[in-house]
Amino acid sequence: MNIIVCVKQVPDPEAPPTSFEIDAENKKVTAAGVPLVLDPYSEYALEAALKLKDADGSRVTALSLGAELSRDAVKKALSMGADELILLEDEAFAGGDSWSTACALAAAIKKTGDYDLILCGRQSADWDAGQTGCGIAELLDLPAVTIARKIELSGDKVRVERITDDGYEVIETTLPAVVTVSNEIGEPRYPTIRGIMAAKKIEPIIWKPADIGLEKTGEADRKSKIVKLTKPQRDIECQFIEGETPEEAGARLALRLRQEKLI
Amino acid sequence: MAEYKGVMIFAESAGGRLQPTGKELLGCGRKLADELGEELSAVIAGDGIADLAQQAIVLGADRVYIADNPMLKDYQADAYVPMMQSVIRQVSPRFLLLGQTDIGKDLAPRLAFRLGTAAVLDCVELAVDDEKRLLMTKPVYGGNALATFTTDSCPQIAAVRGKVYSPPQPDSSRQGEVIAIAADIEPTAIRTKVIEKVTEAREGIRLEDASVVVGGGRGIGSAEGFGQLKELADLLNGAVGATRPPCDNGWVADSAQIGLTGRIIAPELYLAIALSGASQHVSGCSGAKNTVAINKDAEAGIFNVSRFGIVGDWRKVLPSFTQKARQLLND
Repeated sequence: MNIIVCVKQVPDPEAPPTSFEIDAENKKVTAAGVPLVLDPYSEYALEAALKLKDADGSRVTALSLGAELSRDAVKKALSMGADELILLEDEAFAGGDSWSTACALAAAIKKTGDYDLILCGRQSADWDAGQTGCGIAELLDLPAVTIARKIELSGDKVRVERITDDGYEVIETTLPAVVTVSNEIGEPRYPTIRGIMAAKKIEPIIWKPADIGLEKTGEADRKSKIVKLTKPQRDIECQFIEGETPEEAGARLALRLRQEKLI
Repeated sequence: MAEYKGVMIFAESAGGRLQPTGKELLGCGRKLADELGEELSAVIAGDGIADLAQQAIVLGADRVYIADNPMLKDYQADAYVPMMQSVIRQVSPRFLLLGQTDIGKDLAPRLAFRLGTAAVLDCVELAVDDEKRLLMTKPVYGGNALATFTTDSCPQIAAVRGKVYSPPQPDSSRQGEVIAIAADIEPTAIRTKVIEKVTEAREGIRLEDASVVVGGGRGIGSAEGFGQLKELADLLNGAVGATRPPCDNGWVADSAQIGLTGRIIAPELYLAIALSGASQHVSGCSGAKNTVAINKDAEAGIFNVSRFGIVGDWRKVLPSFTQKARQLLND
């Protein structure tokens, strides 16, 4: 089976909240000094693909898009175990939204010619839009199953456990299909030394908008506009409860909360 | 090209009743429709749901479109997207609102791409601008920022987070029109099959409904550690939640995850134990009326959103807290 995993480069979401600043005028969030990494949900999608590769030797191609992609970040897909890396890398890809991104990724996927399963993270840690997977499915006229916690081959179909509000549902779909993946799929594997060495030898394939037949992309192909960006208002002064010992502080806190009628 | 007018909402139903999301959307939709001076319509789809039209009318809909067909019994994109496409073609609403639900998260983006328009998911605020465009606000960057979006294409599609808007008061004097939609669905066009639906047994109160939540982070260290949190939660008639690492480590069920992609809670009291307060998590618990944190790191972000806090080792603080609380509650 040929599996394509869409992976996104984002500023490390584990960085302290204070590292993320709003550039209100340019309607951008800046994260100065924050390292660029693979989005966590992209890693979960990769893990899902690699589990399938473990099971039946599928070929896994990682696909990413951006103006400037950090090789350290995107090559992690290879060192985790992906066989190939395709990068849509060009200034023109900057400033896009779910629409332009899904269009570009769909065009690239079409160009690869051969795919059975396309995996994406359920949303990404920067814009949290949660639409790219469904968008690709729609543009390529494929079925999609979202928010997967388990993916299994079932003959010429794929069986997916989709997380629901009160449990899960099991959905079977024909291939080719798109599946978006959630963290419940399991902890993403660490790159092995062997994987890292192999990754060093694999040159990513780089495509420009013209290579995938796009006249316009990125900011020029957005459907949504950002009207404004603000920081959420959280004006709270924390009152620290102290004590001679941690135990004493704990007891004092209980008393205080009782006084405030919170317990 | 048809002129787009009015607000349309997608009202989910189950067990013969409109779901809370549907009612909340009617409340929100009515306000937007009134601001525009235009009509509010609702779409109800499913199998044997025709009677629900009246419920939608008394809650504010001027018109209800009913798509009643056995093929719509379970949500499947291949059935619902073409059905919605044909209603939208008939009605040409300016705005289309769905819930940020299992269905909404799937239907909204597919429909947007099918129609060549933009959708914004997980909206926490909706407003209308001077040009009658929908302003859709949602948390981004894991909750570190709030972004307001709009689009020039119609319909403008928003998936609205639950409990942001209140359900309206029913007005049984309200009149409205009910229109049946022929849902012509080719069975062979459905590429997905729902094999089974599993409701996972939940112990105790739902996180979203609990007025007290005790949450634990990576610092709890084990499933046994979470046992202590459960003890406290039981004492306070609350529920136990967690950040993502404890769930990933199997110390607690996946369904306990509080965060942007987990449960969104808004309890009276949130006790945040040994969790740092990463934005993605805070996004899920910032609705708490009172947050109290225990963390051994004085710089932990969670203290920025807490009313009370203790800098200390939870293993020492919590047992003493629980013991005192038990004593006070028994008095």
